[in-house]
Amino acid sequence: MNGMQVQSKHGAGLAAYAVLYVAFLYAPVLLLPLFSFNDSVFIAFPLVGFTTKWYAAMAQDEEMRAALLNTMKVGVAVSLAATILGLLAAKILARGLPGRRLFLGAANLPLFIPDIVLGIALLILVTRLNIPLSLNSVILGHIVICLPFAIAVLISRFDGFDASLEEASRDLGETAWMTFWRVTFPLVLPGIVASLLLSFIVSFDDFLIAFFLCGTDTTLPVYIWGELRFPYKLPNVLALGATILAASAVLIAFAEWIRRLGTNGAKEIGF
Amino acid sequence: MTESANFICIDGLSKRFGATRAVDRVTLDISQGEFFSLLGPSGCGKTTLLRMIGGFTFPDTGTIAIDGEDVTATPPNKRPTNMVFQSYAIFPHLNVRDNIAYGLKPEGLTRAERDKRVAQALDLIALKGYGERRPDQLSGGERQRVALARALVKRPKVLLLDEPLGALDKRLREAMQIELRQLQREVGITFLFVTHDQDEALAMSDRVAVMDQGRVLQVADPKTLYESPNSRAVADFIGTMNFFEARLIGIAGGKILLEAEALGRLEVSPPHHTVYTPGMPLVAAIRPEKLLLSREPPSGSWLNGRVISAAYFGERSHFQVTIQGRASPVVVAAQINAAIGDSVYLSWLPDSFLLLPA
Repeated sequence: MNGMQVQSKHGAGLAAYAVLYVAFLYAPVLLLPLFSFNDSVFIAFPLVGFTTKWYAAMAQDEEMRAALLNTMKVGVAVSLAATILGLLAAKILARGLPGRRLFLGAANLPLFIPDIVLGIALLILVTRLNIPLSLNSVILGHIVICLPFAIAVLISRFDGFDASLEEASRDLGETAWMTFWRVTFPLVLPGIVASLLLSFIVSFDDFLIAFFLCGTDTTLPVYIWGELRFPYKLPNVLALGATILAASAVLIAFAEWIRRLGTNGAKEIGF
Repeated sequence: MTESANFICIDGLSKRFGATRAVDRVTLDISQGEFFSLLGPSGCGKTTLLRMIGGFTFPDTGTIAIDGEDVTATPPNKRPTNMVFQSYAIFPHLNVRDNIAYGLKPEGLTRAERDKRVAQALDLIALKGYGERRPDQLSGGERQRVALARALVKRPKVLLLDEPLGALDKRLREAMQIELRQLQREVGITFLFVTHDQDEALAMSDRVAVMDQGRVLQVADPKTLYESPNSRAVADFIGTMNFFEARLIGIAGGKILLEAEALGRLEVSPPHHTVYTPGMPLVAAIRPEKLLLSREPPSGSWLNGRVISAAYFGERSHFQVTIQGRASPVVVAAQINAAIGDSVYLSWLPDSFLLLPA
């Protein structure tokens, strides 16, 4: 009796902790969509009324559209470059060459270098090499931070790969090139999609490195940071934040769907 | 010999991996339409040899010719060989039909011709109606057949099989042995089969090459391998054999007189291709079923011993019998009943012993 009471008390405590935990994680983020529909420039309760005018204003904002376009350009270029480089590295590492562990360790190290340090280092390098600060320098910087993610995702895909599948394809008359397209590519496709998405999100999200390297070509996070100086523009930024949130949710759901396809033996993806 | 006797010519083939000679100066000639097995313990080089014939590994020295054409440096997609892999290597993202049709695409066949060949292949392996199945819906035996069909639709000159029955359970393995042999007769393609299972090799093959440490020890038909092994290693690997260390003490009337461990004086017929000199060390060998077991001393020569283990196999039992003056027990296969601890007599008919180099 006594024991059960203690246990249920314990259970209630745990439940309360869990609620607080989740609230702490999500409440700040959920304030964004909430106030983005509030008909007031001031971010304060009580809510005044429902409006979509901030979204309309956001859509009209030329500068913001330009920043979004820049971020997209960088994101697409970075995710493609990081995934292709990662694919080559993973393909070679899958052969189990000597020094594989050392290389993998070195490849993952950038994850543990603070972005602020990396940003300064890249800025010094780029200016020393007389490369003008632009989207191109941002792309270079983002490839550095995205590659560890790309390699990690792709190598796990290649590690479970039976090498005799490629041998069988060669044996059945295909060239090395066609073997890649008919066997290797469809089997590692879920890894490629995951790497593209992850790299895109990491690039999209980055402020520090873009801030150091972008020059006058602002990316979206850099633009948002600049807008925060003008209080009357804050609701626009909230609307933008809410939109990014929704887009991220869709993207992550898609990535998860692809990952599950992958764990089911990649069988849904025919050639 | 027909003109197809040298269909596959392997000449002086060697391959090193680091310090190990995986394949060491192997020379073999294989006939067209032959079921030829490479038999040996794991690490003997049989798989490396097969992979060199398939084009997945290239030799350091030596040549491989198939049907008169040197293919030593030819990549696998240009060779007239196809392989059934040990893991089967069924493409997991393709269904059974697309797996079988995989190798027909690079041949540039028409869609109709491809479909016809796939249908024939499904018929051949008795998997009609399985075309749309996914590989993960197949049993081990079915996957094995798909791998076989996928290779055979290419109509190769030589089919290479790398321990294809190893992953199957015993009953299925025995059924597949018979099926595979029938299939080979039906299609008339030269089969080159790698196995470590001597029963499998003897049951299926026209000829067997016994390999050890990268070298071919003996090439012969199953009966010759069993009855006239050319060395102690081959005799030991094929079936069970009792070996008695011996010394040559005389030659008389075409027979050789030995002084053998535990046996004393023994007369044997020598294989005629060796030069024998008095005093040379030799080995007298006898199969378990060539030893006769009795409870009373028989006439002629015999050995007396004690049964230390008995294993019942239905039509006959295997006994281990310890003999005075000999460290390891002698293995006997006989039909009589004997219990552990029984005193028994072992005897043999003339010419039951084989003479082998020490």
